[in-house]
Amino acid sequence: MARALITMPATAKRGEVIEIRTLIAHPMETGYRPGADGAILPRNVIHRFTCHYDNVLVFSAELFPAVAANPFIAFSTVATASGTLRFVWSGDQGFTQTETASLAVT
Amino acid sequence: MKRRDVIGAAVGLASVAWMRSAAANADELAAAIKRFADGAPVTEGRVEFDVAPLVENGNTVPVTVRVQSAMSESDHVKAIAIFNESNPQRDVANFFLGPRAGRATVSTRIRLATSQRLVAVAKMSDGSCWSHSVDVLVTLAACVES
Amino acid sequence: MKRVAAMMLLVAAPAVAVDARRSGFDDMSPQLQAMQRDDAANPAMLWVKDGEAMWGRECVRCHGDAATSMRGVATRYPSFDAATQRPITLGQRLATHQRTTSLSPESDALLGIEGYVALQSRGLPIAPPDDPRLQPFRERGEQLFRRRMGQLDLSCAQCHDDHAGQRLGGSTIPQAHPTGYPQYRLEWQAMASLQRRLRSCMNGVRAEPFEYAAPEFAELEIYLKARAAGMRIEAPALRP
Repeated sequence: MARALITMPATAKRGEVIEIRTLIAHPMETGYRPGADGAILPRNVIHRFTCHYDNVLVFSAELFPAVAANPFIAFSTVATASGTLRFVWSGDQGFTQTETASLAVT
Repeated sequence: MKRRDVIGAAVGLASVAWMRSAAANADELAAAIKRFADGAPVTEGRVEFDVAPLVENGNTVPVTVRVQSAMSESDHVKAIAIFNESNPQRDVANFFLGPRAGRATVSTRIRLATSQRLVAVAKMSDGSCWSHSVDVLVTLAACVES
Repeated sequence: MKRVAAMMLLVAAPAVAVDARRSGFDDMSPQLQAMQRDDAANPAMLWVKDGEAMWGRECVRCHGDAATSMRGVATRYPSFDAATQRPITLGQRLATHQRTTSLSPESDALLGIEGYVALQSRGLPIAPPDDPRLQPFRERGEQLFRRRMGQLDLSCAQCHDDHAGQRLGGSTIPQAHPTGYPQYRLEWQAMASLQRRLRSCMNGVRAEPFEYAAPEFAELEIYLKARAAGMRIEAPALRP
């Protein structure tokens, strides 16, 4: 399981816009680089990232090989109600990873 | 020293297979933006594109795109796309927002194979598209392993 | 009274030398400095997070809370290892400490735990141990630093003492103080140790690099840490 880091506040006021910063370990092999034997290393990238807030999609991204290794994505969302945020990364070679975080909204 | 370290060091630059004429790249860039804009005209403005003008290493370049928008139900940013001119392919990343985003600000880190132009395009809820482009100089670590 | 005190200060105080030493951090762009400062964005923290997990599984039972027990530890390495009668680096200590199988050099697991332990000294000054047994190794380290090597026939000192601050290609030559190891280097898109960096420097001057765990690396590190004594640890750092 790749390491992932989610940084976001644990609590927020209703209506407040919170910033979420995500980091995940992944080589994002472009598919353009030659390996030691000169043959091109096959592409191996994360191509999709989604954030669901209580099962409602609030943010998503399409990533291409031009996204740097160990992808960092920062975005924001409105704190509507206390609930769970679910982050899913998916990509080549069946790669998929899910992380969750709770947000308490007062 | 392993050969893979030698060859792996320069991202994309060692291979000349994808090098193309600047004109071809510029055409592709225009086409990619047009596709994203879905037929709507693209106007320069409302988009801030934060990226260092001089980059120490093209492997990891922090970028932030900010779009002026109320992010309300009736008036918000639906999507932000980042394109490049001289990488092997024009797409970099597309972000999909909506009123629940609260703010139309996204950050990520991208790869730049060489000094080039980058374009950020924002698609609004009313279908209009806004953009901003920046020119970035990319240097390499001088003491290269290869 | 004040006047007397002021005059005494003037007489007694030696000229205060401004520390001319700069960390590689100071030579980076504001964007990369911001990336290093932000634990939520610094890719090195992915390895540190793994290290923290390993601490919880294997180290906490003897060492308790790392923030307490490991505070200052990274500032004092390399130290003298009585068992082998040789210097030992932090990475070597972690790799062989209480283990039946050692963590291999440059493995993600070793870099993770080394990063986690080094993090506990972040902000503290590098404090090489005042151990006379390290003296001959420090001297050899200095000789290595000043020795011309490779097809380019350059010594570390020529670039990093004599020409630090000037530019090589598009980059600023740093003074080469090991304040941030293990660190995430953009060039490698990975976390790495000081040894990997020294090996790549040797490649850079077209010299055959010493093998991992070669005694020369510990000697060089002792000298580099002495040269950087007092500078703040910034591990896990980010560099281009």
